[in-house]
Amino acid sequence: MNKKDLISITDYTKDDYLRIMDLAAEFEKNPNQDLLKGKVVASLFFEPSTRTRLSFETAISRLGGRIIGIADPGSSSVSKGETLHDTIRMVSNYADLIVMRHPLEGAARYAAEVASIPVINAGDGANQHPTQTLLDMYSILKTQGRLDNINIFMVGDLKYGRTVHSLLMAMSEFENQIFNFIAPEELLMPEEYKIHLRDKGIKYYEHREFTDIINAADIIYMTRVQKERFSDPIEYEKVKNVYILREKMLRNTKPNVRVLHPLPRVNEIHPDVDKSEKAYYFEQALNGVFTREAIIAHTLNLK
Amino acid sequence: MKDTNKKKLKLKVSAIKDGTVIDHIPASNLFDVITILGLNKIENQITFGTNLESEKLGSKAIIKVSDKFFADDEINKIALIAPHAKLNIINDYVVTEKKIVEIPDSVQGIVKCFNPKCITNNEAIFTKFKVINKSPLALKCCYCEKITDKEHLQII
Repeated sequence: MNKKDLISITDYTKDDYLRIMDLAAEFEKNPNQDLLKGKVVASLFFEPSTRTRLSFETAISRLGGRIIGIADPGSSSVSKGETLHDTIRMVSNYADLIVMRHPLEGAARYAAEVASIPVINAGDGANQHPTQTLLDMYSILKTQGRLDNINIFMVGDLKYGRTVHSLLMAMSEFENQIFNFIAPEELLMPEEYKIHLRDKGIKYYEHREFTDIINAADIIYMTRVQKERFSDPIEYEKVKNVYILREKMLRNTKPNVRVLHPLPRVNEIHPDVDKSEKAYYFEQALNGVFTREAIIAHTLNLK
Repeated sequence: MKDTNKKKLKLKVSAIKDGTVIDHIPASNLFDVITILGLNKIENQITFGTNLESEKLGSKAIIKVSDKFFADDEINKIALIAPHAKLNIINDYVVTEKKIVEIPDSVQGIVKCFNPKCITNNEAIFTKFKVINKSPLALKCCYCEKITDKEHLQII
């Protein structure tokens, strides 16, 4: 049996991305469809993530599926020392699909190898979180009307931020993109991603300052700059207020520009941006439900 | 001068009738090579010498295994730690074939992933890597997707 796992964003081809986009639009129009009727989905959250878990469980519920699972690893067999291998083998016998979040990197790929049923990765440590990327893409498509010819600004922690890395990989499959990276010296986009863009002939520019260069943007993708990422606390103090987006900074930006953020935010987007029509991060989160419905339907061949 | 040195070296480890001679192993990696090839678990006669002088490596090791002929994918496993190893296939005391090792495209179960947060370092899992660059060596873990380079290479 050839099962369709979704572990890394690069498991999907460009055609798969487009298919998910089509399905997500369909679910947005008609979110309640009984496609998962009679099916059981295991929602295994080996580390707490309320936002992602609720989004998935809403998607499953709207598709008419039943959910079994772990929401609190402290109260499950995991705390008794059961291996991931054994938990996955057991759950494979009960459910039709596994949605899994795990603190260790590579746990999702391993679970997919062990499981006889498909696995969707809802985040494995700092490694991958592909459903976030697909909902980011759906948000770009919805707000820009296209996935090619996008000028994307990525701001903040570009070194450790898995969401920006995956989004870069996925968006680089589409034509005529321009990437702009705004990050402090300590948190620059890693070389491997820049090599990937150069190999594909895609233009990118790097900036240290967050200035009116954003006026050229179609998408501003904000991320958190976390204090614990800095080896030198003085460096953090220097940059912590440099990458904060204020409403006034958006005044001369293009009318179609939208501000995205994987959430939760801390202080990198000032609350005064919330009322701007260019703020899109809360709608972006809602798009997650439709996108996850699409991913589940695609994974189980329900559409 | 060189030729006499070489002859002396050869004499330090006795000749075999049939089998394989693995030469030019970095002396410090001899025992890893033995483990990777499972030579500690077979019944064949094996002789080895280590800390021998080598112009190329400074000090080298050599292994002679009687009545053993390795398949290419088996021997290529040692390429990660003995990239300059040379094989002489011996039949009736005569070298009948010479081979060099090649770094394979994938590496399974030999190397430890350098990422402490990788699942393979937390549960009993056979490691798997894709070789994304042979020189300098770069191994991408098939699980956590992090890259282990030569500097962080550790044999299990």
